[in-house]
Amino acid sequence: MKQYAKFLLLIIILLTIVGGIFIYPRWLGGKYRPWRLGLDLVGGTHLIYEVDMNQVDFSERDSVMAGLRDVIERRVNLFGVSEPHVVSAKEGDSYRLIVELAGIKDVGEAIKMIGETPFLDFREVIIDQQLTTDNQQQIQFIPTNLTGRYVKGAQLDFDQTTGAPKVNIQFNDEGAKIFEELTVRNVGKPLAIFLDNNLIEMPVVQEKISGGRAQITGKFTRDEAKKMVERFNAGALPAAIKIISQQTIGASLGQESLKKAIYSGALGTLAIILFMLGYYRKFGIFASLALIIYTVLVAAIFKLGITMTLAGIAGFVLSIGMAIDANILIFERTKEEIKKGLTKISAIEEGFKRAWPSIRDSNISTIITSIILYYFTSSFIKGFALALLIGVLISMFSAITVTRTMLRVFIK
Amino acid sequence: MNIIAHRKIFLSISGIFVLLSIAAIIVFGFQPGIDFVGGTLWQLRLTQINADGKQINAEIVKNFFGTDLGVKNVTVFPGENQSFLIRLPHISEEEHQNYLQSLKTKFGEIEELRFENIGPAIGKELRTRAFWAIGLVLLGISLYIAFAFRKVSYPIKSWKYGVITLVTLFHDIAIPAGLLSVLGWSGGIEIDTNFVVALLVIMGFSVHDTIVVFDRIRENLLLQRGRFDLANIINSSVNQTIARSINTSFTLILVLLALFFLGPVTLKYFVLTILIGTIIGTYSSIFVASPLLLIWKSSK
Repeated sequence: MKQYAKFLLLIIILLTIVGGIFIYPRWLGGKYRPWRLGLDLVGGTHLIYEVDMNQVDFSERDSVMAGLRDVIERRVNLFGVSEPHVVSAKEGDSYRLIVELAGIKDVGEAIKMIGETPFLDFREVIIDQQLTTDNQQQIQFIPTNLTGRYVKGAQLDFDQTTGAPKVNIQFNDEGAKIFEELTVRNVGKPLAIFLDNNLIEMPVVQEKISGGRAQITGKFTRDEAKKMVERFNAGALPAAIKIISQQTIGASLGQESLKKAIYSGALGTLAIILFMLGYYRKFGIFASLALIIYTVLVAAIFKLGITMTLAGIAGFVLSIGMAIDANILIFERTKEEIKKGLTKISAIEEGFKRAWPSIRDSNISTIITSIILYYFTSSFIKGFALALLIGVLISMFSAITVTRTMLRVFIK
Repeated sequence: MNIIAHRKIFLSISGIFVLLSIAAIIVFGFQPGIDFVGGTLWQLRLTQINADGKQINAEIVKNFFGTDLGVKNVTVFPGENQSFLIRLPHISEEEHQNYLQSLKTKFGEIEELRFENIGPAIGKELRTRAFWAIGLVLLGISLYIAFAFRKVSYPIKSWKYGVITLVTLFHDIAIPAGLLSVLGWSGGIEIDTNFVVALLVIMGFSVHDTIVVFDRIRENLLLQRGRFDLANIINSSVNQTIARSINTSFTLILVLLALFFLGPVTLKYFVLTILIGTIIGTYSSIFVASPLLLIWKSSK
């Protein structure tokens, strides 16, 4: 038993040393894998866009979302953000696009650029022959499948005779096919081109057009046409988007939060250690060591796979306050067993055994809470829930296995 | 300490606090934050100290929004380091940039610390989810307790442990919620998603102590099959575990105090809510949960 405990302790100590080097922001740990910090710590913005799917067929919606995501991602990459996140989400009946830009300086400019991504679509035109009372023709526009998602590129061109600027659009293969069908169906009839839901022009289709080339002549100035080409080349949106939520954190506020969170977390941990040493004396030493091992291991796991956010650190710090609970329960129980007349060694074993059901039950309650939290909240809180969950799981290992192993080795 | 004998006093104290909290919530309601109703929260730091020869304060910033920009329903709170927290109705990105420009013209260099702008649709969604999450956690924990205590069905049925846990959890979140309602009425403190998360955390934590006591009752009941005095067993169980109930909460309170006084300002009310909930939760696991167990048993 003791041999085995010594071996286990050695492994735990080695693991902690490796973990400690790994989480240390400088030296080896910082060199091979720096901490990934969330946008609420380094500054940045979290944007939610609502996607207008009214014109899009149900069966097409998923692929439209995928196309939209790609276009926005390409746009966002132009800002030079280290790790932009563009995620699509569905909430009830509405489709959302979540854009996270960490470490970005000029958020206003970024939002403007995303918003400037053009939304192009072609619509069929039905002209009602009957005139209305005020002698106006009734024009109806029927949306088609042909949208910006099929645009491959655009060039600026000038009319041979008038010199007016025009924009040549090249569709991809799929778009070319749709365009061909559309022109076949509408020979002799006008086809409307909409940009950002504004009617740009309504040229009459002369003949079937193959090869996927379209021209927008409209009435642009040279500069307008040039800008439009740039925007098309950066990608055109397959559906219109509207910003519905924005959360921006300035870099200096994030820095301050990070410093304060780490500082107060460390101080809280120190207070717990002092309390444990004062109240439980010798046992307190082992609990404190287990707590330090716990913080190192949890931090290492966070660093391995999670972007740290302020909420995540808060969850982590709270979990430190809870992780020690299991040790308190065990030591209290051990003290009781010693009073009953058991030897120290068997009292300890009994303490672990008897305290286990309540440790298990209370940790499962927290696990239930953090799982529900994780599924019912959005980005920032998810980080908190995940930190809490990992914390509780690791604490079950550290408070039981680590503390018990140390006690088995050192208590005689 | 004979807790069971004095149960009426302890339960009355709890009852009064819960009733006061519910009354406060009914009378004052909550000040909903922007993530529940939509709106804008803007934190700015002014580097310049004076405008028109006067020290810039919240009042001046508020007046600027009201008169120069023509925005109604603006509240401005002073923040740390010459910063201001501005609460506005939902504005568009264009308005945001325009206001920022006007502010810069008026007050000089400005650092945007934070800008949160949430549409009403998102607010409604978050609200619905918050209610769901609270309901599910209440239910989930209670069901788990009923399950965990399934082996002790005599003399108290295991589902009763679950129901009493539910009552205790409700008690533990009602009082902090009541307090926040009063703070909202007196100091404009808003409740947001963080507040709901705090309530969930309180539930998760406060049940720990309740479990420790119930677990001891479970153990003592199993030890003394046959003749026993239930009131006596419950009372000695509570007394045997009181030190660890207080100690486990105390370690959490240490961390919370550190976070409250030295931690990030954005988490201040989140931490405060959990702090109060933890204290209430410790009280309830000692003075509410176990007496209720006995009362329910003896009323039949």
